[in-house]
Parts: sequence; structure tokens; C-alpha cells
Amino acid sequence: MPKAKVTFQDIGVSVTVPAGTRLIEVSEKVGAGITYGCREGECCTCLTKVISGGENLAAPSVLEDQVLKDNMAPRGHRLACQAQIIGGEIVVKPA
Amino acid sequence: MPIAAGLTDRAVEIAPGVHWVGALDPHLRSFDIILKTANGTSYNSYVVRGSNGVAVIDTVKENFADDFFRRLESVAQYEEITTIVLNHLEPDHSGALPELLKRAPQARVYLSSRAQMMLKALLKPSGEKPPEYIPVTTDDEVDLGGRTLRFLHTPYLHWPDTQCTYLVEDGLLFTGDVFGCHFCDARLFNDTVGDFRFSFEYYYAHIMRPFREYVLDAIALIEPLVINLIAPAHGPILRHQPRDYVHRYRELATPRLFNEAKSEKTLVVFYISAYGNTRRMAEALAAGAESIGGVRVSLYDLEGGEGGIFTDLVEEADGLAFGSPTINADAVKPIWDLLSSLTTVNVKGKLGAAFGSYGWSGEAVRLIEDRLRGLKLRVPVEGLRIKLVPDASELEACRSLGEQLARHLTGRLEHREIDLAALA
Ligand SMILES: Cc1cc2nc3c(=O)[nH]c(=O)nc-3n(C[C@H](O)[C@H](O)[C@H](O)COP(=O)(O)O)c2cc1C
Ligand code: FES
Ligand SMILES: [Fe+2]
Ligand SMILES: [Fe+2]
Repeated sequence: MPKAKVTFQDIGVSVTVPAGTRLIEVSEKVGAGITYGCREGECCTCLTKVISGGENLAAPSVLEDQVLKDNMAPRGHRLACQAQIIGGEIVVKPA
Repeated sequence: MPIAAGLTDRAVEIAPGVHWVGALDPHLRSFDIILKTANGTSYNSYVVRGSNGVAVIDTVKENFADDFFRRLESVAQYEEITTIVLNHLEPDHSGALPELLKRAPQARVYLSSRAQMMLKALLKPSGEKPPEYIPVTTDDEVDLGGRTLRFLHTPYLHWPDTQCTYLVEDGLLFTGDVFGCHFCDARLFNDTVGDFRFSFEYYYAHIMRPFREYVLDAIALIEPLVINLIAPAHGPILRHQPRDYVHRYRELATPRLFNEAKSEKTLVVFYISAYGNTRRMAEALAAGAESIGGVRVSLYDLEGGEGGIFTDLVEEADGLAFGSPTINADAVKPIWDLLSSLTTVNVKGKLGAAFGSYGWSGEAVRLIEDRLRGLKLRVPVEGLRIKLVPDASELEACRSLGEQLARHLTGRLEHREIDLAALA
């Protein structure tokens, strides 16, 4: 299975994960500082800054886009409960 | 004097062409489950008349709709209403909205962008199709003819949808729940109702405090305004020295901790211990954290405090560690009491950790960790359980936990590479 590497800058941890994993699944396991509320892409609690490798995350859904917009999220931000890792290297930290 | 004395069914003028058309609810004793009130509350709504439009700002709780409509009818006809402003969609302010929309179907509804989904969810049972509404944000304006309503985007005070509305020419600020309190007095104004500070402070502490960062953002928008009167959605209308209340909010929301070099982090260790084992763990953990430098560590025995006195400490801390023995397969009550009282402060993203001595099953630590995660703390370092009496090497493990927590707080971590599969 194709692998990807995601780095949580706040805790200094890089994790090798299978492609298709959502950020939430990894960040919770390693105890990164990203926190969750609804876990369904509505509350924006899990807002995450993508420092590099944004192209290695699947494009946001219509719902995610709307929630990001409503919360005035700056560019380069994603919802960790929604964003799916597709490959390559990604560096993130809590917004 | 009876609570409603002096108050008739008529609207009360609070400024030329601006009326209070709210309702009093003197017998209410508990609000939103989490708040108490000794004399009830009021649902304040307001009508603003311009030369070519009339605006209604917020409504009242549904079962007080009759009072609201009677007062509204004493100053405006439904056909005249051009504008409905919703500063906050909680049912205590939107309860009479469906009926108002029926009576004034031509009115345009102004609300914040986050309120749109909520409006739909609230109107579901009425079966009505949602009205035409206009999402607004800071500096958007509505012209009522010689009078301008200007909006301030002030989210999370205390719901995502909240906003304030400023009547520019008059310096009147309609703030929804902000600067409000559950206090019921027909004299209506802050300079006539007597001392209501206890209620104002209590309301802030229970409703606004969890959102203090948002409070500061809102205050930054409000402070530059000329303010002659603040018209909140509950409690006294603030016409005498309205700015005092803005200052008080700023004071309450500003972080208190003296932190000369912003780099110093605060770790608070709470513990409770029947035989001293968890206490020894706490002391070793604290010493380990101290040894890293850049972290100010404090140690508190929960047995020495009660009734929410630790809330301030928790609010200001960067990291929190909780030590509990396992007693009857659980952490002990003072820990749960403390952890259940934290909904009044924002703990999201703080560093959390748990530790404790146990006899044979040791559930406490995992249960505390789950609760910390539930409260949205980050729990990056696995907690430490030690069977009965900690020996020297186990105390060393406690020190090391303290050191790791301190490294997390100060950002002095060694980079680690792991495989997700190894974590499963
Ligand atoms: C003070 C207060 C705080 C609230 N906080 C939240 C919240 O953090 N998240 C959420 O999803 N809903 C929150 N709500 C919304 C309530 O869950 C919602 O109004 C619900 O419909 C109330 O259900 P009930 O009629 O059974 O009381 C809050 C409501 C109040 C009154
Ligand atoms: S947890 Fe609510 S949007 Fe991700
Ligand atoms: Fe409210
Ligand atoms: Fe309210």
C-alpha cells in the first residue's frame, strides 16, 4: 500500500501512514495538539494549519469549504477530521 | 414593590424613536440548566424607527410572545417593519420570530453568516420556509432613513452565531447576551434597579468566560465606538456609564498571570492521595518538570480546596497534570468534581497528563486521560500508573514524566519518527 509521511510540528513527531488515512486518525494516536468536537466537519474545532504539502491532502469537500469560509479560516487551513492524506509528505500544526 | 409595578403593556422609550418591547419573566429560577436566578430574567427586544423603515432587534422566548407583540403594537404597525435583526438565535430571543415573520412577512432578516444554518434548524418544526435573510458581518449597514444600523461580527458570545448591532447616529449598542444578566426588574435601567453586580458577574462567569479570547476580540471592536447606551438582551439597560461594563468585560477576559518573559510556561499539578503514594509521585513529577527550566510548576492537594477555587489556576495554566489513586475502580470524586467544573473556562489545547498509584486494577489514570481528551486537552504523553508504593526507580519514572511534560510545554522536544502501524 502506498505510504505517506505526516509531521505534527507542535509535538515534533513524524508518522508514516498508509495513503487514505485521515489526519484525525493519526493526530489522535500520537497526541498532537489538534482537538476535536463534532468530528463530522461542522464545528471547525479541528482547524489545522498546513505548513507544507497541502497538495498531498485530498481536496476539501463542499461542506468543508463552507465551514472553513464561515469561520474565516485563512488560506492553507484544513479540518483535520475531514482531510485525507493521499501520499508524499505533509507538515501540519494546530491552527 | 411588586416587580412589574410601573410597567404597562406599552413600550418603554430608551432613546428618541427607540423602544424596549421586551418581556419580564420574574418567576424563572433556572436558565439553560446551568444558571440560577433569584428574581427571574427579562427578554429584551427593541424597536428602532427611522424615516423610511422600522427595525425590530431580537424577539423574546416563545411563551412571552404576547407581551412582546402588545408592546410592539404600541409603537409600530406590522406593515411598517422593514427589518428584523437577530443578534443571537437561542430560543430565548428567537422564540417569537416565527410569529413575527407571519405578521410582518415583508421584513428582511439580518443575521450573522454562522446563524444561517441555525435559523433553518430552529424553524424546522414551524414547517415555514425560512424567510429571506441577509448574512452580515462587521461594517455592513442597513439604512432606516436618517438612522443606520451597523453590524459587528462578535462570534461565540456565547454561540457561534452571535453579533452586535450599533445604531450609529445615536451611539446605541444592541449586544444580545453580551453585557446581559438574568435579573428582572421593571425599573429596567441600570441606574434605577439597584445593585445588580452579582448577577452581571455571575452571568459573565458562566456564559461568557469559556470564550474569553472571543470576548477580547469583541471588546476590541466595541471600544472605539461612541457609546451612549448599551441595550443587552437580558437584564438592565445600561444607560448610566455604559463604558464601565465594557471595561469590566475587558478586565475579566484579560489573562491575569504575571509572566515577565512570555517564554515561561505554567504547569499545575493537582493530586489527591490517601496514603501518600500518589503524593510522592506528584512531587517527583513536579521536581522533574522544574529541572527542565522555563516551566513554573505548582503543586496542589485537592483535599485542601473545594467549590471551584481552582478554576482560575486551570484557566491560566499551560499544562495540567492530575494524580489520583484508583478507588473502587475509578478516580476519586474531588478529581471528577474539578474536571466537571471546567466547562466555564477554555481548556482547549492545553497540555494534560494523568498519574496515580493503584492496588490491583488501576483504572483511574486511563479514565482521567479520556476525560482530558474529551475536554479537548492534548494528551501526548502516556500517563503513569504505579503499583502501591513507588520505589526509587519508579519515582525516577515520575521525574521523567515531569521532564517530558516540561519539554512539551517549552517546545524542547526531540524529533521522533514513528509508523502508524506500531501505534495501533
Ligand atoms: C449555554 C449553552 C451552551 C451550549 N453549548 C453548546 C455547545 O457547546 N455545542 C453544541 O453543539 N450545542 C450547544 N448548545 C446548544 C444546545 O445543545 C441546543 O440548544 C439544544 O437544542 C438544547 O437541547 P434541549 O432542548 O434538550 O435543552 C448550548 C446551549 C446553551 C444554552
Ligand atoms: S471536529 Fe468538528 S469540524 Fe472537525
Ligand atoms: Fe444565549
Ligand atoms: Fe439569552
